[in-house]
Amino acid sequence: MAQAAAHDDHDHKPKGWVRWVYSTNHKDIGTLYLIFAIMAGIIGGFLSIMMRWELAEPGIQIFPGLASMVYGVNGDAALDAGKSMFNAFTTAHALIMIFFMVMPALIGGFANWMVPIMIGAPDMAFPRMNNVSFWLLPPAFILLLTSMFVPSAPGAYGVGGGWTIYPPMSTSGQPGPAMDLAILSIHIAGASSILGAINFITTIFNMRAPGMTLHKMPLFAWSVLVTAFLLLLSLPVLAGAITMLLTDRNFGTSFFVPENGGDPILFQHLFWFFGHPEVYILILPGFGIVSHIIATFSRKPVFGYLGMAYAMVAIGAVGFVVWAHHMYTTGISLNAQRYFVFATMVIAVPTGIKIFSWIATMWGGSISFRTPMLWAVGFIFLFTVGGVTGVQLANAGLDRSLQDTYYVVAHFHYVLSLGAVFAIFAGWYYWFPKMTGYMYSPFIARAHFWIMFVGVNLVFFPQHFLGLSGMPRRYIDYPDAFAGWNYVSSVGSYISGISVLIFLYGVFEAFRKKRVAGANPWGEGATTLEWQLPSPPPYHQWEQLPKVK
Amino acid sequence: MKRAMKKFLAGAGAASMVFAGSVAQAAQPQPWEMTFQPAATAIMSQITWFERYTLWFIVPITLFVLFLLAWCILKYRASVNPTPSKTSHNTLIEVAWTLGPVLVLLAIAVPSFQLLTAQYSPPEEPKLTVKATGNQWNWDYEYQFAEPFSFNSAILADGDRAGLGKEDKAKYPRLLAVDNEMVVPVGVVVRVLVTGADVIHAYAMPAFGIKVDAVPGRINETWFKAEKEGLYYGQCSELCGKDHAFMPIAVRVVSEKQYETWLAAAKTDLPGANKALMAEVDGTNKVASAGN
Repeated sequence: MAQAAAHDDHDHKPKGWVRWVYSTNHKDIGTLYLIFAIMAGIIGGFLSIMMRWELAEPGIQIFPGLASMVYGVNGDAALDAGKSMFNAFTTAHALIMIFFMVMPALIGGFANWMVPIMIGAPDMAFPRMNNVSFWLLPPAFILLLTSMFVPSAPGAYGVGGGWTIYPPMSTSGQPGPAMDLAILSIHIAGASSILGAINFITTIFNMRAPGMTLHKMPLFAWSVLVTAFLLLLSLPVLAGAITMLLTDRNFGTSFFVPENGGDPILFQHLFWFFGHPEVYILILPGFGIVSHIIATFSRKPVFGYLGMAYAMVAIGAVGFVVWAHHMYTTGISLNAQRYFVFATMVIAVPTGIKIFSWIATMWGGSISFRTPMLWAVGFIFLFTVGGVTGVQLANAGLDRSLQDTYYVVAHFHYVLSLGAVFAIFAGWYYWFPKMTGYMYSPFIARAHFWIMFVGVNLVFFPQHFLGLSGMPRRYIDYPDAFAGWNYVSSVGSYISGISVLIFLYGVFEAFRKKRVAGANPWGEGATTLEWQLPSPPPYHQWEQLPKVK
Repeated sequence: MKRAMKKFLAGAGAASMVFAGSVAQAAQPQPWEMTFQPAATAIMSQITWFERYTLWFIVPITLFVLFLLAWCILKYRASVNPTPSKTSHNTLIEVAWTLGPVLVLLAIAVPSFQLLTAQYSPPEEPKLTVKATGNQWNWDYEYQFAEPFSFNSAILADGDRAGLGKEDKAKYPRLLAVDNEMVVPVGVVVRVLVTGADVIHAYAMPAFGIKVDAVPGRINETWFKAEKEGLYYGQCSELCGKDHAFMPIAVRVVSEKQYETWLAAAKTDLPGANKALMAEVDGTNKVASAGN
């Protein structure tokens, strides 16, 4: 097998920078996406640790100094710029983690790498478009980072409107060029994702190996298929909404300007029509990854395969008709609220099916708790915690008290920061030996898991209490009564930061030690096609299509 | 660790002092609080009840999942169970875990819809209407009479504490206290009209169970009927820029008689009326605690 790989190597692989910049190879592009996601994740994580450092104690400590260091302002101007900088950090943290970390890691990275291999295809359907989708991301990211250093409002730098960029805060509230840069950044990142989505849909529909019907397709491919449809249908709406913002800002239109007959709430409807499917875009590929890992390490097929696949389809479909549960306090009518309460609660049913099916997959299995399995089991529990608080928040009557408090922050970090991110690390430790050919140190990987598990729970569990007690989100300073839990939360974020360093060291160590992983390090439970190839797979795989029984 | 412990002890100490000091002051967040603030309206009592009610479902469900995971970890680890079963379908159990959650959701939905409807059904016609306008970064309160009466309410500057008689930081906490509170009578339905002057803000009062966005170009409506006299604090709850964290909301609930006196005086001399009201309210409080 190793010889076959070597043979392919000298046959087709372009050399040097050409291989990466001009790449049309799904595995190389997947690798680029993963490296990009890691770098973006480090920057996004840095922003969050700075915010937690600021919030560790009541009062304003860090940001005025940071503002005077970065923007060269002093005295009261530094205080004002610091307050705005905090808002810019919350905004950039969210946008980076969503558009430049989770999405590139799960969709651009793992899906690019594994979906063609899993369905028995030699590459993606449109390899050049695959290249474009990746190379649109770095300019988008640079635009967003640049926006943090240019003026937004008088005396302020960086987009400070939150990732939701509600007008008028994002129009008349911040006239400077920072917002325009951010809008263009999201435009480009969105275009990149739409191209990727088209590529995945085409690949999955047309390039499955002979015998692989949709109902035999691995669940990760299913999850990516559903995700791609969500991207294709929701991102154009976001693109339209932010284009309207752009023209409101620069070309005198008044879609969202009430003085001229526009409506700021219209933007919120458009934004959340994208925004809610977006949160499923972030988590669905994780569902797919976790399904594979649970099955592999339980040495059992996934329990209720069809239920699992169609639960994802149902989550995706219903996800499009629940958007206004983000808007219960905007003044939407009582009947609209009743509908959105009902529709939102419905999503708990397919989600419950998934949780129970994962447990049923483990039930009766012969489970080995190797590193990926730790992350996957951690995912199931933490996602459950985030899921049940989601059921609470679905109720408009209760959400009235929790909207825009730290309860919401705790909820969505449990499903995303602890859900999606745990799924990403599960996938990383599952496929790292496949992608690189090297086995990491299980000890370092486990240390990473346990320290991160403790860290993130310390960050986010106390935030439930802060939210119940009434602490609003996106606050640089808070009444002294909130000091206790905030301090705990900040300590948790430092611990999580350390765990990321351990992760990076683990990657470094694996490449240095070069322990050969072998084609299938996980044993007979690993049944999907990628484990039939050598590690790393040949530059072009499946020159002879595999036959699926 | 030592520092955290010290903080915890200090927090607990402060909490007990506040509780010992005065019951009426519990209308603001407390150190290490883990639940909603005490309710001051029937609606907030209902929200608090409903939140606890949902916990009766979600906590057992979470523990159940944890238990099942632990069971799998103990009973089905490779060392204990070397041969995996081949079961991958069971229609009965799949139907059960689809219908089970549906029943739980129904049990949650019924009181949820009752609560939601109650929030939109004030028990009687409002006796007083106050329009709250969010500005960057303070609030305007306009009492809706034939001849409207309005004033601005901004965060209490430290320099103004002495002049306004608000040196007591337990009663007028940092970031919560304002220069001019909104004053309303107890036991009366107050309608609040909410709008924004520049960007979106949100008018929120945790103890009343209300939160409504202040959107430019639109007037949102909510109501509350405070059951207990006291000074209640909330904070702006929609990101509105640099001083988002520094535009608190304070509502002083007083007896109808005190309110009438305050209103008559406030129309011509707001600071004087506020001082007179504070003297009277703090006076009765002192009498009450002396009586205890």
